This record gives sequence, structure tokens and C-alpha cells, in this order.
Amino acid sequence: MASLWEYANPKKFIDTTSRFIPWLFGSALICLVTGLVWGFFFTPDDFRQGSTVKIIYLHVPSALMAINAWLMMLVASLIWIVRRHHVSALAARAAAPVGVVMTLIALATGAIWGQPMWGTWWAWDPRLTSFLILFLFYLGYIALWEAIENDDTAADLTSILCLVGSVFALLSRYAVNFWNQGLHQGASLSLDKEENVHDVFYHPLLICIAGFVLLFIALVFLRTQTEIRARRMRALMARERLTA
Amino acid sequence: MIPDLGKYADAVMSAYAVSLLLLVLLVIVSWRRAAKVKRDLEEIEGKGQSDG
Repeated sequence: MASLWEYANPKKFIDTTSRFIPWLFGSALICLVTGLVWGFFFTPDDFRQGSTVKIIYLHVPSALMAINAWLMMLVASLIWIVRRHHVSALAARAAAPVGVVMTLIALATGAIWGQPMWGTWWAWDPRLTSFLILFLFYLGYIALWEAIENDDTAADLTSILCLVGSVFALLSRYAVNFWNQGLHQGASLSLDKEENVHDVFYHPLLICIAGFVLLFIALVFLRTQTEIRARRMRALMARERLTA
Repeated sequence: MIPDLGKYADAVMSAYAVSLLLLVLLVIVSWRRAAKVKRDLEEIEGKGQSDG
């Protein structure tokens, strides 16, 4: 069996992921269309929240991916710090714009959902606030990569920023449990049958989550390939300048 | 065809519109940049081979 570290070779990574990317995009599209059509057209209104419950199919998967994208970046950053594999640092860089869009969708759909339910677009609630800070960390992370010319230095500094930001990624997930206050309800997904969202909403929600996960993986593969090629391009151009 | 969303129609429709727009934009931007960088790299590598 091939070692996982073989994929730290940029060429091997590009060759392998190129085979999966079309399938991942295709599966993501099928899951998203199925889950969203099922949820939007064929599920009833909630007895308390009315038709706004349909926002759950976008809000919950995007919030989950916003947090998990950062955790994926954390793992990739740790691999960079420990083993100095460029592909892992570039994968973390590639995931950040995807994570920031997921966070933006979660914040936007949360505000749109919150307005009719809570009577306000925004509240300084623990979960909302930690999510906003996570969003700012994403922006800072992307800005730091862009600001530093040397790729290795940028990877080092962004990895440290990623470690610090992980506290807020975890806070975003567990803020509701830490502080039993604020407007945001508890987790929609739970192993406890009593707390978990009702089955009629749960099944299309699971399909939407699968769609978001597949889309995230497809985008990270595609964007990592782009970062690998962009890095090679910068190296070739620098060599050209030296020999000119 | 569209289910009766009652008084929350604006909220639900705008949440879907914003989310789908952002997702589609993300995919388009990612594909376009991937294609451009791949093309540019091939051009530079081709130039390097013809020079050397």
C-alpha cells in the first residue's frame, strides 16, 4: 500500500487528484441538488419557526464546513511545521478562501434567519461572536499569505496564525455548551434523539452536508493544484531573472 | 411549484439566493484561476524548453 507521504510529491498529488476532481464535483452537485430540492420542496414547515426552517439546509452545512475547513488547515499546518512538506502548506492556503466563503454563508444565512425569529439581524451572542472572530481570522490568514513574498516564511507564519485561530474554530463549535446563554439554539445535530433535529428535516440535511463536504474536498484539491503550479511558476520566473 | 413560504418568503428566498450565488462564484473563480495558472505555467515551461 502506498504511503500517505507519497502525496507530498507535487506531481504525484496533481496526477492522483486530477482523477478524482470531476467525480467529486459531480457527486457534490448531485447531493446538493437532491438535498436542497428535497428540503425546500418536500419538507413541512416547523411548528415554531414556520418556513424559515428551510434555511437549515444551507446554514448548518456551511457552519460545519467553516469550522472543519479551519481544522483541516490546522492539520495541514502541523504537517508543514513538523515535516516541511510544501503540498500541505499549499493545501492549507488553498482551503482558506473556501473556508471564508463557508463562514460568510453561515453568517449571512444566520442573520437572515435570526431577523424574523429573534427580531434582530445580529446579537453579541457567544456562538455568533466566535463565528465572526473566526471569519476575521480567515481574512487575516489570507492577507498574511498575500503579504509575504517568501513562500516558506509565509507558510511558517500562517501556520502559527492557524494554531491560534483554532481556539476560535473550537469555540464556534462549542460556545453554546460553554456558555448557557445567548440567542443561538443548541446544536441541530446530536446523538441524543431528543435533541437532534426531527427525522423529516434530518435526512435531507444529511444529504446537504454530504454535498458541502464533497464540494469542499473538490475545491481544495483543485485550488491546491493551482497553488502548486503557481509556486512552480514563481520559482521558474525567479530563476529566469537570475540568469538574465 | 414553489411551496407557500407564507410571511417568511423573503427571508427564505434571500438566504437561498445569497448562499447559491456565493457557492457558484467560488466554483467559477476557482476553475478560472486553475485554468489560467495551468496555461501560464505551460507557456513558461514551453519557453524554457525552447530557450534551453
